[in-house]
Amino acid sequence: MTISREGTNLDPWYGHYAARTAGLSASEVRALFAVASRPEVVSLAGGMPFVSALPLTTITESMDRVMRDRGASALQYGSGQGTPELREHILEIMALEGIRAGVDDVVVTTGSQQALDLVAKLFLDPGDVVLAESPSYVGAMGIFRSYQAEVAHIAMDADGMIPAALTERIVSLRAAGKQLKLLYLIPNFHNPAGVTLSSERRLEIIDIARSEGILILEDNPYGLLWFDRPAPAAMRSVETDGVVYLGSFSKTLAPGFRVGWALAPHAIREKLVLAAEAAILSPSSLNQMVISDYLDRADWRGQIDVFRSLYRDRRDAMIDALEQYLPDLSWTIPNGGFYVWVNLTEGLDSKAMLPRAVKELVAYTPGTAFFADGSGRGHLRLAFCYPPPAEIREGIRRLATVVRGEQELLETFSPTEPITAVAYDPHVASPPPNLS
Amino acid sequence: MTDESAPMKAAQDPPRARRVVVLAGGISHERDISLKSGRRVADGLAAHGLEVTLLDPDATLLPTLLADRPDVVWPTLHGASGEDGALRSLLEFLALPYVGSSASSTRLAWDKPRAKTIVERAGVATPHSIALTRDAFRELGAESVLAVVRGELPPPVAVKPAQGGSAQGVSLVDTDEELRRAMVLAYTYSDVALIEQRITGTEVAIGIIDTGDGPVALPVVEIEPLSGVYGFEARYNAGETRFYAPARIDEGTAARATEVALAAHRALGLRHISRIDLIIDGAGTPWFLEASVMPGLTETSTFALALEAAGHDVGWVYAELAQTAVRDAQR
Repeated sequence: MTISREGTNLDPWYGHYAARTAGLSASEVRALFAVASRPEVVSLAGGMPFVSALPLTTITESMDRVMRDRGASALQYGSGQGTPELREHILEIMALEGIRAGVDDVVVTTGSQQALDLVAKLFLDPGDVVLAESPSYVGAMGIFRSYQAEVAHIAMDADGMIPAALTERIVSLRAAGKQLKLLYLIPNFHNPAGVTLSSERRLEIIDIARSEGILILEDNPYGLLWFDRPAPAAMRSVETDGVVYLGSFSKTLAPGFRVGWALAPHAIREKLVLAAEAAILSPSSLNQMVISDYLDRADWRGQIDVFRSLYRDRRDAMIDALEQYLPDLSWTIPNGGFYVWVNLTEGLDSKAMLPRAVKELVAYTPGTAFFADGSGRGHLRLAFCYPPPAEIREGIRRLATVVRGEQELLETFSPTEPITAVAYDPHVASPPPNLS
Repeated sequence: MTDESAPMKAAQDPPRARRVVVLAGGISHERDISLKSGRRVADGLAAHGLEVTLLDPDATLLPTLLADRPDVVWPTLHGASGEDGALRSLLEFLALPYVGSSASSTRLAWDKPRAKTIVERAGVATPHSIALTRDAFRELGAESVLAVVRGELPPPVAVKPAQGGSAQGVSLVDTDEELRRAMVLAYTYSDVALIEQRITGTEVAIGIIDTGDGPVALPVVEIEPLSGVYGFEARYNAGETRFYAPARIDEGTAARATEVALAAHRALGLRHISRIDLIIDGAGTPWFLEASVMPGLTETSTFALALEAAGHDVGWVYAELAQTAVRDAQR
């Protein structure tokens, strides 16, 4: 690169990027996460499913069979809506959560993340508002931001989003002239909060959305991974026209397949298919066929039971360790899914604390990731899905060291009175250089 | 510029290093940066015919190095895992040539307060500062310590961890309230914090290379972050900082800055490669801020910019430094 007298900013296209790329930049927190991949670090940060518990031989057999028997089709472009076989299987899976639908209502996508993106693309103009839980899924907020939409957080408690808070926020946003387009919810085993929306509130929220004319986006990747009792029936099971439902094989099977789906009312589904085709032409035929074969031949329900039992043990290990090592903090106890949401003591800052955690070889996700406005410093998300119980306990022990260190530091520097300068001396610099 | 025209005599020597291990990653706060630097160096070395293995230091590293005994190790580790001198000490024990400063010099440069003291003794100006441990605040009480600090070093000041790079944990402080927060942040990275008088002026970085004929300063690179602060985001997001190489300063000032950078490099006993960060005040005085024994070598790093501004082929310089390390080890 030639550097002219005008200098260089190392990116000749700086200033050409679309306004929606404003949030796409390297950050210190992201850089710190690079350490989480090291084996010495107990990572309680990422929500990585424990895929080692899968019957890898069975999946390999499915792959072999697909390639042997239908290799040419598997390697070809496919339907933009997904294979009919897989969509049939998806209906079977959704029936477990009370959803009845037709095979044409399903659109297979590259992970449910793509389904989220497509729905956002269909509905969001710059300045539109998406209503979401407080906190909300970081990956969804990144998509909403990329369409220049605003996220308005709605308070939640142990039973999920609070309907009264939703109503209140709708009124105030409408009064401010805002266009409310989507109500984004993760009703089951929420990411990151770990709570589940109660049956009663599901109905109340459906009523509110219906009367206010706001489309519900029900994101349900964890619904089948319950521990103590099944989650309430899906919102889509009682509301057909006002809900776009998103599902995924990433947590119940494997994220490496990158296969998810959207179930949408007819008119929306038609547009979703067109948008999906414009984006990627078609989802992976090979991966869809392998999943279909696996679902045909393997005991996939039994495998979900295996995951449930495994994740339940890990949740228990995490809760036990929190009680033992960090009894002065509070946290949610999830009945499924991957995450525990921790409330720190007054003054602690989960984002600022992360470098110390990395030094102590433990990683977590700061609460700030889950709020559109960057608040949430007083919280952190712990994922119990990947490390085995003994590692989880060790990770929480290390986290306790981090928290104690920070508490001590805060105590040291908490202001009791304004700083009064003493012995001010105008001498503030060392002598100029003498290189003779 | 081609290899032949590169202005370094070492280019004419037959290469002696063939197998190179580039170290990148580690478990420091700067792992991500190190991985990027390492890949760039590895690509540069491979493009110049060297056989390169890229390794992330872990429990298998020392047995691997012992078994394979590469001709030279090129550590592109930033942060504690590469710049605290420990790994270099081990490489010395193993009698493996490596690129960069000796373990003892590395330890000096890694510790910013000590580096400032040494450089100051060599006659180089460095902003007035104080280094304080966490224990000092615990024992003496934060209020009284801050009061003394406030008296001697009134804002604006910079607060930084005594060790580490990439501006991690660094705060620019204008108020007393910010000072408390800055102390907490700095101690999150390191047990010692440096509170330093903030000099207003032109921020510059001067890369230094030594391929056998003594240290040579690269063109002065001026740094102008759009946000006004050369923090992490400004360093690693292309477009966020405008760089000028050579800097927009007059020849006399550039010569003084270069002289100061070389003086700092020599005072700290640095070797092969370093980057000296300075700020030049309104009167044209260059002030030493810190030295890096393994400067960032990523796409947005000032060192690579300086090499290009000097007309060097970046990969060729990395390869020459590998040869120099081998020659130095044979002395």
